[in-house]
Amino acid sequence: MKQVPTLKIDGITLSQSLAIIHYLEETRPNPRLLPQDPKKRAQVRMIADHIASGIQPLQNLGILKQIGERKTEWAQNCIASGFQALEQILQHTAGCYCVGDEVSMADLCLVPQVANAERFKVDMGPYPTITRINKALLELEAFKVSHPCRQPDTPAELRA
Amino acid sequence: MASEKPILYSYFRSSCSWRVRIALALKGISYDLVPVNLVKDGGQQFSAEFKALNPMKQVPTLKIDGITLSQSLAIIHYLEETRPNPRLLPQDPKKRAQVRMIADHIASGIQPLQNLGILKQIGERKTEWAQNCIASGFQALEQILQHTAGCYCVGDEVSMADLCLVPQVANAERFKVDMGPYPTITRINKALLELEAFKVSHPCRQPDTPAELRA
Repeated sequence: MKQVPTLKIDGITLSQSLAIIHYLEETRPNPRLLPQDPKKRAQVRMIADHIASGIQPLQNLGILKQIGERKTEWAQNCIASGFQALEQILQHTAGCYCVGDEVSMADLCLVPQVANAERFKVDMGPYPTITRINKALLELEAFKVSHPCRQPDTPAELRA
Repeated sequence: MASEKPILYSYFRSSCSWRVRIALALKGISYDLVPVNLVKDGGQQFSAEFKALNPMKQVPTLKIDGITLSQSLAIIHYLEETRPNPRLLPQDPKKRAQVRMIADHIASGIQPLQNLGILKQIGERKTEWAQNCIASGFQALEQILQHTAGCYCVGDEVSMADLCLVPQVANAERFKVDMGPYPTITRINKALLELEAFKVSHPCRQPDTPAELRA
């Protein structure tokens, strides 16, 4: 697929972030990234898929190259449109995090997408719930240690 | 209290809606279908009424067991977890991962790039755009299927990957993508279209199928 992420694990090679994350969840189940209740699991997946299918692919690198000059405006529109819907959904599902008070796959999708929004200078004013949840998640060690500003390949000028 | 019948908000030609229709048919779940025309009246998905039901303003949306769900794969996973027979995911976690990888490649990597909302924004060169997205995605998929496919996308059991494949091939045909370079995709698609669930859920047989496209 000529894309990242790709994970080599247990003798197989996987791509597609949510397929990878589901595999990790099913083979290393603790701590859980999906609630036990099927209805809450569905809400988690709905939010994760909304971001992973409905927002990110529309503003990824390959697409923006093809859009050309108006790419910033394009990216801003995709993200704003998606966040507008997400903000409403979160009204019904959110506790401390996207769905209730446990970190889930939805939260793993939210934080990186907010970082994209910031990079494209999307006005986050209309999305207070997204903003609040993002802030709470960035306090957690796993979200800090995995941050783009702390990777082996982070350029010097962007390094934390 | 008697359970209410599920209600599916669907558009006959929406590939994402078709995925869910296939799942419901395979699992023998009867439901009421409410058509949402994505083109008429500026797009019925933008009505205040539909937006209240689903803020994402998209089909498919499924009302089931007292909740409202959108995102076809989230819906299909919910059906799988609450109505587990027949299964749409293998038991082995590695094969499950392959199924999800293929389903996500289609549902995140191909379809969103050529859906109605995007093509409206692309404008004049939309057919070329759609063809490029699909061809690019199918090129990668054809290679993946070399490793995973049996009768179907992953081995010999119908899975979520197959539910995504058939509607995407229909999109490819609609945009006149040359399917010559994708023999495995073509073979699997043909085999799946023999199955009753894929026939009964087909766009040409829906309550909202226009007369000129009806089977």
